[in-house]
Amino acid sequence: MSKVKKKVKTIKIDLDKCNGCRACEVICSAFHANPKYSSNNPARSRIRMIREPIRDIYVPVYAGEYTAAECMGRDKYVIDGKEYSECGFCRASCPSRDAFKEPDSGLPLKCDMCEGEEEPLCVKWCLNDALICEEREEEVEEEEKLGDMEIGLESLANKYGLQNIADTVARMSKKE
Amino acid sequence: MRYGETGFNLEIDLSRGNIERVETDPRLTELHLGGLGTNAKILWDRVPPETEPFSPDNLLIFSTGLLCGTPAPGANRTIVTSYSPQTLLMGYSMMGGFFAPELKYAGYDKIILRGKSPDLVYIWINNDKVEIRDANHLRGKGAIQTSELIKQELNQPNAQVAAIGLAGENRVFTASIEQGRSSSSRLGMGAVMGDKGVKAIVVRGTKDVNLARPDEYIGLCNDVLKYIKFRGENPVPNVMTILQGLGSPQEMLHVDEQWHTENFSWGNARSRRKDFWTKEVEERWKDVQETVRTRLISCYNCPIKCGAIISVPGISTYMMKCFTKLTYTMAAFVDDLDFGFRIAQRATEYGVDGFSTPQIMAFAFELREAGILTEADFEGCPSDNEGKFFWLLDRIVRREGIGDILADGVYWAARKIGKGAEAFDHNTIKKHEQLPLKLGMLNPVYFLMYATGEKINITQIEGQFPQAPFATMEERQEFISDWIQCPDDKFKQIVLDWDFRGEHSNPYYPTVDMSVDIVDWQEKMHYIDDALGVCAGLSSFPLKPPYHMHNYPKFITAATGIDIDEDGLTEVYNRNRNLLRAINVRRGLRRADEKPPEDHWKKRFPELEEKLLDAYYKFKGWDNDGIPTKESLHKLGMDYVAEDLEQRGIIKNEQG
Ligand code: SF4
Ligand code: SF4
Ligand code: SF4
Repeated sequence: MSKVKKKVKTIKIDLDKCNGCRACEVICSAFHANPKYSSNNPARSRIRMIREPIRDIYVPVYAGEYTAAECMGRDKYVIDGKEYSECGFCRASCPSRDAFKEPDSGLPLKCDMCEGEEEPLCVKWCLNDALICEEREEEVEEEEKLGDMEIGLESLANKYGLQNIADTVARMSKKE
Repeated sequence: MRYGETGFNLEIDLSRGNIERVETDPRLTELHLGGLGTNAKILWDRVPPETEPFSPDNLLIFSTGLLCGTPAPGANRTIVTSYSPQTLLMGYSMMGGFFAPELKYAGYDKIILRGKSPDLVYIWINNDKVEIRDANHLRGKGAIQTSELIKQELNQPNAQVAAIGLAGENRVFTASIEQGRSSSSRLGMGAVMGDKGVKAIVVRGTKDVNLARPDEYIGLCNDVLKYIKFRGENPVPNVMTILQGLGSPQEMLHVDEQWHTENFSWGNARSRRKDFWTKEVEERWKDVQETVRTRLISCYNCPIKCGAIISVPGISTYMMKCFTKLTYTMAAFVDDLDFGFRIAQRATEYGVDGFSTPQIMAFAFELREAGILTEADFEGCPSDNEGKFFWLLDRIVRREGIGDILADGVYWAARKIGKGAEAFDHNTIKKHEQLPLKLGMLNPVYFLMYATGEKINITQIEGQFPQAPFATMEERQEFISDWIQCPDDKFKQIVLDWDFRGEHSNPYYPTVDMSVDIVDWQEKMHYIDDALGVCAGLSSFPLKPPYHMHNYPKFITAATGIDIDEDGLTEVYNRNRNLLRAINVRRGLRRADEKPPEDHWKKRFPELEEKLLDAYYKFKGWDNDGIPTKESLHKLGMDYVAEDLEQRGIIKNEQG
């Protein structure tokens, strides 16, 4: 793979400014509905608020890469007297938990920076400036973008094996 | 597919432990929109007017608004409805927070509770799975504590919990339902919940809420957000600070309380302390507030931060809504704000209305001073103002001794105590405690809102029209220049002509007819908000809000596919307003009940006040006693209401 100069968008999260409103979840789930905006369901969002007002915990977490296997680290974090398993703040869609998975299919979700939009929509809807989009130019390896379908298939392949999926697809196509 | 709404209600019979998911009639949404409107319809249809609030036949309805769960900013209200133990009329109290959207995502528009559970229970709604679970281990627990315990027990950090505290369990008439950063406080909905044996309702949902015209809808939402941003950067000039912005009054943000402490009454709505706000007080109060306030927070999908997390050292953390910070402090004549934050913590855990409860306590101490209540009633009560209030709050929520009588609120307590106690009940309307305000000159618009409002909370009736005239013509012109919310130019002219003194000033200006018009507009916006589940703080309550009469029909159409314009929306409002009135009329509400407290304004104008009421009733299509006429009910397609009222002899045959 060759190196290319590319604008990389990142989102800076300022926890101190977050008011826990979950507007970011709302717009993300609406944007990724099919057709666009046709439904709203924060459970489909690619950003998730970890929100525990009584303990003053407000952490927006973006869905990152899909992991095929559970990680080994299961450390505990203590914040302000309360214990959290590190899973709570993990960005990965992982086989051992529900976060960042489509609620009905179980397929993994990943933040795609709102492909096609001028600005990430969660950033646009966060009027409190807890989320700020930053762009910088970086030398990155050119990579092929995986579409939603591919990400989903990849996760299925990890779970069931490519052959199994191919067989299933073949069987299903016969039925039609 | 149903758009905007889910099309299903959850019906739970607590006596029999029966749970049903019931499909609703989409036609009812067209007639009443949802939220308050359809709640009223259910109450009218299914709960006979003879039903006591604490009867198993009384319903307790938790409704989402029509737009809740859609991306519309601030559409997060839960409308709780039942017959109120305090007013005996229909109670409908809103709570913000996170409950209503979650309920929609679980697949329900409403939860309708009937019957009474023999044991204390909580209800756990997890999408299609609904259970009634034992709550005996939660008996006596605080409302926030309960919510935390249940989330832990179910291992559901993302569930939303609406819970009552001890006050609700003991059917204290001012008991609230606490949820997230909000509560349903007015009209004793927490008492009805306690009477039904329900400690909490827990909900978690992961389903879709669908929109009929997605692109249009998201465009409207983006406009609203843009406008909220604009208003944040451009506060309304020439009005006092708390009226400049959006949301409910930003009590957690602002520290300057000169206006409230010097203009609102202290104690049992009696005394003004006109020189209260000194430099020392200001510094001390600012320091206290900034020390205990950990963060300003919002309700679901709203950027305005009108609530706060409050952590007072030594006691558990809680969330404070706007005004409670002052109500206890001022009722108790305590000069330190620290007391307000500490007692509000206990009151929130107990789950009581922060407007009424301090008034009841101040009333009790007034009766003791007057010798109507005796030292025996207060045995063991500390003598300092702070201690006194903590002591009495504990008695009231436990219904112990004198607390048992006071737990029914000022109106009922005064009548039970007798010996002249009724004279101290001087700040209730329709048997319910009001804002502790004593004003000078009668304001005709406010007179009507106080007298005729059935929500029993002035802040949730007033709204988009200015509270007072602007001083100069330049200011007036500036105000109307970008008043896009104004539904009709006639209101702009009133703003231009309204003066502080002379011919065009209160109480004769705005004129009787103008006053009725203004009140109708403000009421209309509140009724629509309460049907749609949009926060009044972004619509009917502040000046120049993002939601108004011109964009609401577009929101409804894009969300649901129901074709509606401004006239159509006005008709739905009139239907809901008349239905609510009919429910209350059927329960005995008449003109004689529609009066503000005697000393609410120093200067009164009995003749003018009668004229205002006459004109208001006439405008509404009601008779002189405030009863909807057969003819006006017919026009709204509500002959079934007219027939019922006729059969009961409430509408006389010759009428209409
Ligand atoms: S929109 Fe912003 S303020 Fe609201 S929850 Fe998301 S990050 Fe926090
Ligand atoms: S950038 Fe877009 S895809 Fe990513 S979390 Fe925000 S709204 Fe969702
Ligand atoms: S304006 Fe305030 S009360 Fe209304 S929804 Fe927003 S945060 Fe809640």
